[in-house]
Formats: sequence, structure tokens, C-alpha cells
Amino acid sequence: MAQYGILIDITRCVGCLACEEACAEKWGMSAAGSTEVSAFRNTEVREVDGTYVPRQCMHCADPTCVSVCPVGAFTKTPEGPVTYEPDKCMGCRYCLQACPFDIPKYQWESLNPAVRKCNMCHERILEGKQPACVEACPAEARTFGILDDLVKEATNRITGDPETYENHIYGVREAGGTSVLFLAPKPFAELGMKTTLPDHPLPTLTWEVLSRIPNYVFWSSTLLAGIWWITNRRNEVQAYEAALKKLEERGNGRNHPTN
Amino acid sequence: MTSIRLPRLTFWGSAFWAVMAAGLAATVVRFTQGLGASTNLSDGFPWGLWIGFDILCGVGLAAGGFVVAASVYIFNLDRYRPILRPAVLTAFLGYLLVVFALLYDLGKPWNVWHPIIMWNPRSVMFEVGWCVMLYTTVLALEFSPVVFEKLNFKRAKTIIHTISVPLVIGGVILSSLHQSSLGSLFLIVPEKVYPFWYSSNLPYLFFVSAVAVGPAMVTIESFLSWRAFRREIEVPILSKLAKVTGVALAIYFVLKIQDMTAYNLFPLILEFNLEAILYLAEILLGVVVPIILVAIPGVRMRRGGLFAMALFAVLGFILNRMNLSITAIERYSGVSYFPSWMEIAVTLMVVALGFAAFRLAVKYLPIFTVDSHGPKPPVSREYDVVSFHEAVR
Repeated sequence: MAQYGILIDITRCVGCLACEEACAEKWGMSAAGSTEVSAFRNTEVREVDGTYVPRQCMHCADPTCVSVCPVGAFTKTPEGPVTYEPDKCMGCRYCLQACPFDIPKYQWESLNPAVRKCNMCHERILEGKQPACVEACPAEARTFGILDDLVKEATNRITGDPETYENHIYGVREAGGTSVLFLAPKPFAELGMKTTLPDHPLPTLTWEVLSRIPNYVFWSSTLLAGIWWITNRRNEVQAYEAALKKLEERGNGRNHPTN
Repeated sequence: MTSIRLPRLTFWGSAFWAVMAAGLAATVVRFTQGLGASTNLSDGFPWGLWIGFDILCGVGLAAGGFVVAASVYIFNLDRYRPILRPAVLTAFLGYLLVVFALLYDLGKPWNVWHPIIMWNPRSVMFEVGWCVMLYTTVLALEFSPVVFEKLNFKRAKTIIHTISVPLVIGGVILSSLHQSSLGSLFLIVPEKVYPFWYSSNLPYLFFVSAVAVGPAMVTIESFLSWRAFRREIEVPILSKLAKVTGVALAIYFVLKIQDMTAYNLFPLILEFNLEAILYLAEILLGVVVPIILVAIPGVRMRRGGLFAMALFAVLGFILNRMNLSITAIERYSGVSYFPSWMEIAVTLMVVALGFAAFRLAVKYLPIFTVDSHGPKPPVSREYDVVSFHEAVR
């Protein structure tokens, strides 16, 4: 099944914050209060040197949160969104620690805390609707669609107007690719976006180690059992030889009572 | 089984109850107000003292259990038999306290059992969870003969002795897996960890340092037991054990030097910022100093010298784990984290409970006695000369 995604064109964003309000309404959160992505806000638009830069979950192709969660509370859905089930979560907060985009946030004040993050309005997508933020955007800064089509659209916009656009689609390669893509009028580093991420998915770093475990268990148990057998046998032989020697000495002792 | 009560213990007794009172107060706040009210954790700094000390250090410091069990059962090194019980006891108590402390740190502690039925084999945390569960069970079984002996359950004790070798092999594999995996937890955040502490060798570094520090903890305990209740382990045994620590630290040191060149850390060290100072302190005081101490026979053969060497190794180890989990993340997160009094109180309470439980166990169970009832390994068995004579013919 073709995956969906969102293309966010920073050059078009006018900073009206309609996306923030629609998002807050959908989640039943209060858009007032914090201005950054937090447990009370799943999307933000911040002003960086006169440019409005939206921020939300990137919905990675191979998400770090999905890989690190010990109970599989995160899912990369076939439609593209990365979703979270609070009932599974045990609250270890490895997702907060590990997310390369620092997106998952925690309900620190709650006695039954859950992780909060954007789910690309997965339930609305299943109903055939667009994500709330896309629907609310009056400036067409957000485009929802099939991810492959969005990449083509973004490429067309860059080639059609190379003066306006920085020649880079953020999210095609970052951390192995994401379902949310960005176009910008200037280098992404200047917009406060993370440009130090590797091109490969981060879960490969831990999988490289974890995938060796079955082999390791097989060989180390064989080795340890072998070591036990050798050392045990050595001790047995030593005891046997000591007993033999004792026996001989006793025999000699009979012949030489003075010893 | 009488223990001699020293005057010092009154001081430690009152300190214990003060720590317990503070810990209980913090417990009430933690479970009635939540993590936000009781800790200085935040979205920018989601892991603090409870993960850094109670979990990372707790598990590492309990490594003596598998190191000594492997020496006695798998390598058949009988000279370590007198320290088997204290080492397994420490490990068992250590793991119980790690699980206890984890219940404070988890946002939803009532879901702590979820990894049993909700699997994610791609998660390092999932693997650590399973290993800790299984290894705590192994430790309970490894420790059970002590209790069976006290209760005079001869049959139960014999059963455990029969399966001891496969049990210990399983324990060693589980230990090596999760000791290293605690380091692998940080492999996935290369751009968040300050370069001094990120390495693709993290799993190996964690495992080797655990092998080094486990025996050192046994030495420290022996020293404290000697001071508190005159129960002790012979210095020659501890001296041999110190060599294990020394060799493991030497390997660790080589791996650290390799990181310095592979990640070109020298220019960063020369910056002499907070990170550099803590990094140097960790390597010089926690690795180089104990290696030098163990190399000097005059130090290695004395109880005080052994204690000093072990203390350097343990404090260096703690500094390393705290550096990786806290110092190394601070610069990236832009958050200056220092634990709240409640986080500190709970951690101190966990440590105090460990000491108290150890003391009680030593008082009521045969810990510092060599196993005299169960089947012995062949080397110490008095061979029947006549039957051997028959066998030879």
C-alpha cells in the first residue's frame, strides 16, 4: 500500500497558527500555554529570523521510537503515520531519549502519564480525511498525499523556482527518510532544523548488535560448557593421580616402616 | 552466629533511619504527585539519577555474582569458593534493588511486566528487561542453597547442586548480554552523546568494566564486613580477585585509548571544559590508579590496599555511568540537570536497603562459610584409595 505523507513548504507559511489550533482542537488540548511541542501541543510554528518554521513528528520510515520501545507501544502503520498506544506503555521514556527529532513528550504531572506526539491524524486518514493541520492551513503550506507523489511535487517546485527554494528536500534522506517533508527558502541549519543526522535509519545502530545475540548465545554456551568440561576433567585427573601416588606411597611405606 | 556490634554502628544506624525517613517522604511524593513533582526530569532530560545510578550502576556493581560463579563452577577455580556466597548474595540483592528502583522511575510501574507478553526484539530495552528478569531468577536459584542449608532442606539443595553448572552457564550468558546492552542503549543516539562517551564499542566497554568492578565490590563488602562483624575473606583470595579487576581494567583502558584515537578526542580533551575534566578524572582515578595499585605487591597483599584499589575502581565506574547518562547528554539537551532532593533520597534509600539486607543476611544465613554439606567438586573429595586401586587394575 502506498504510504501517505505531508509536504510542508516553509516558503508559503504565513505564521497564522491555524494548524496549531486545529491540532489542539483535535487532541482536546489547550493551544495556549506552551509555544513549543510539549505534552500539551503536538505541532508548533516558530519564528526563526523572520521565517515561520512548523515542527511536528516526522513519521520516520524506520522510526527510532518504534525500535526502542520495549513493549512495542509505537507502530509504523501501513498508511505511513507512526502511532502510539498508551495502554501498552510502561513509561520508560526511552522514546524521548532516543528520538532524533526530540518529538515525543511526556505528561510529567500525571499519575497515569502517557507519551504525547502527532499521529498524522491516523484515524482521520482511515476515514478518508486529511490531517487536521493540513485541512486548516489557509496558505497551502501543507500538502497531504501519497509520499512518492509529494517527493515529485517538491522536486518540481524546486526546479520550477530555484531562486526561491533551497535545493534540498528535508526528510528524503534524514535518518533514513521520513513521511513528513520540508521545503525551505534557505539552508535548513539556519532554520534551527537538525542537519547532523545520518542518512541511514538510526535503529540499524542497535540492530547491528541485537541481531548477533542468537549466534552469541549458541557459541558462548558451547564455549562455556567446553571450558567446564576441560577444567572439570583436569581436576578429576589431578585427584586421580594424587590418589594413585598416595596408594604407591602406602605400598612403599610397608617396605620401609621407618619412613 | 553472633556479630560484634561496634560503636560506629550507632552512627550508621541513625544515618540509616534518617535516609529511610527521607526516602519514604520522597516515595509518598513520587506516588501521589507524579514524576514531575518529585524529580527534576523534563522532556529535554528524560533520564536522570534513577536511571544513571540505580539502574546503570546498580546492575554493573552486582556483576561480581556472575564473575565469581563462573570462576568457581565453569573454570573450576576452587580457591574462589569462599567468596561465592557473598558475591551471589550481593548480586541477588543488587538486582532486587534495581527492580525496586525501576518501579520509581517508570511512569506506569504497574505495566512493568508488559515486556513478558508485548514483544519488541528490536529494542535494546526489551532485551535488557528479559535478561534482568531471567537473571534475577537465576540468582534466586543460585542463592537458594544458602536458605535451604539454613532450613535443612537437603533434597532441595541437592536438586540445585545437580543443575548448578547449566544454571551458572545460563547466568553468565544472560549477564554478558545485559551488562553490554546497558551500553548499547546509547548506541542509537550518536548525535546526542558528548564525543567522550559515545563509541561503537559501548557494549564491550560496559561488559569489560562490569567484569572489573564486580570483584571490586566483593572486596569492598568483605572489608566492610570485616569492620562491622569481623567476618572476612582471606586476603590472598581477595588479592587474586584484585588481579581479575586489574586485567579487566587494563583491557578497558586499551579500548578507551582506541576510542581516543578513533574519535580524535585529544583536541576536545585539551579544551579542559567540564566534560574533559570529568572524563580525565574517570580514566585517571577510576582506571589508571587502580591498575597501578594492583600492580604493586605491597598494596595488593594488604587488606587496606585492596580496599583502596577497589574503591577507586568502583568510584571510577560510577563516575563513568553518571557521565554517560547525565554529563554526556547535558550539552545536547541544553538542560542543566541536577537531581531533586527526592531523587537523591530514593537513591540513598535503595543503597541503605542494600546494606541493611546484606547485614541481615550475613547475620542469619551461612554466608561467610564454605559450603560443607553439599556435594563437592572432585578435587576436594577424599578419594577412596581402594576403589581407585580397583579401577586401576
